[in-house]
Amino acid sequence: MYPDNLRYTKEHEWVRLDGDTAVIGITDHAQQELGDIVYVDLPKQGVAVEQGKSLGTVESVKAVSDIYAPLSGEVIEINPLLADAPEKLNEDPHGEAWLVKIRLRAPAEAEKLMSAAEYQTYIGAEK
Amino acid sequence: MVPVAALRATPLHPVHRALGAKLVNFSGWEMPIQYSGILEEHRAVRTAAGLFDVSHMGEIEVSGPEAGALVDFVTTNHARKLHAGQAQYSGLLYEHGGFVDDILVHKVREDHYFVCVNAGNQEKDYEHIRAHNRFDAEVTFASDRFAQLAVQGPKALATLQKLTQVDLSTIRSYWFCDNHVAGASARIARTGYTGEDGFEIYIPPGDAERVWNELLRAGSEFGIRPCGLGARNTLRLEAKLALYGHEIDASITPLEAGLEWIVKVDKGEFVGRDALLRRKEKGVTRRLAGFEMQDRGIARDGYEVHLDGSPAGWVTSGSPSPALNKNIGLCYLPSDGAQIGRIIQIMIRSRPAGAVVVPTPFYQRAR
Repeated sequence: MYPDNLRYTKEHEWVRLDGDTAVIGITDHAQQELGDIVYVDLPKQGVAVEQGKSLGTVESVKAVSDIYAPLSGEVIEINPLLADAPEKLNEDPHGEAWLVKIRLRAPAEAEKLMSAAEYQTYIGAEK
Repeated sequence: MVPVAALRATPLHPVHRALGAKLVNFSGWEMPIQYSGILEEHRAVRTAAGLFDVSHMGEIEVSGPEAGALVDFVTTNHARKLHAGQAQYSGLLYEHGGFVDDILVHKVREDHYFVCVNAGNQEKDYEHIRAHNRFDAEVTFASDRFAQLAVQGPKALATLQKLTQVDLSTIRSYWFCDNHVAGASARIARTGYTGEDGFEIYIPPGDAERVWNELLRAGSEFGIRPCGLGARNTLRLEAKLALYGHEIDASITPLEAGLEWIVKVDKGEFVGRDALLRRKEKGVTRRLAGFEMQDRGIARDGYEVHLDGSPAGWVTSGSPSPALNKNIGLCYLPSDGAQIGRIIQIMIRSRPAGAVVVPTPFYQRAR
């Protein structure tokens, strides 16, 4: 369920590191908790994001939730799929429905993130 | 750690768990917000049928020779005009005209009224009615004696009909009868909170699980779905039905909320009447208005509304509308700024997003 090649945050985002860039998304647990996702608000290309600060929002029918940047950097790509098909976040949150790609400013920040096993323990304990 | 008061639960709580519902705290009750998903459940009610556990709602009985006089004194609508077997939407007000609650009054007999009230307000409502009881009437807190299920949607009648002897087509909208559903004694009311045809049934808590399961079985050929409070909210918003704590509360009178139709000032004295008359004379300065988002984004409860760049009101409810495929909402605006077609700005996270005032209800079923 939670791929080993991703790193995870307590706020239920995931990161796939690739050299000095990283792809960011929300976890399957997050999409389950949110329910039907109907809107995603993402930053524009070139915007600087900071670890732990809001980088955008995801809205379900019921509520709006912040997405927190798992790492600091500059947004270099936005998933074009989500503007017209936000429901993809419910269907494939760890794959097709990634949110943004950033160029890392401080790659060492990734050490603070959880492994898949740690994240699974974390969400198990949260219940 | 601060001890947290245990959440209350309906008799169907184990059933919701078994169905895999997502449970949330609603007014102190642990209730299902959704089963399969809000959008799917919403659509089931608009096109087929949905089954809701609304056992958290409260029931208060008023009986005795002057039961009608007491109900008329504490409510805004004309309770004594009801026939036995008829129900009406009404308001319980404070002296200053603000809402204690919005309620459904059922006249069972000349000397017996049955009032359905909001879950989070039930104790307050009971105390309020008792405090104004200077009549030959008895007020009884009856919530523990009733579970309540709502069957709503175009196939609600066909579903419920399989489980009762009553010819449901003879029960008109906002009428009810006492009979049986799946062998359980039941008060069957043609009322609802979804904008669809349907029934709300009041049954003994001990029968709730069996009746729930029988209703799901009876409706399966039509595609009935168990529905949570999430869909209940989007459905009632499309139908512009008020939700206590959002469109109405102690600081809002029926005049602002677009509920003047439940205020019968000519019926005689009632709690809040003088305040409403004074306010009417002075002029109502704000009104509830419906809007559709023009820009991207979803308005949510509490967001500020701007007119021509200045703060002018607030959003009471906002959501995507599954029926309209638009983002809709309700808000309070100055009376002179609430005209249909007026462009307003909703402040979504400090950024103005354009919206337009539209006629309501947003959704009306074909009749």
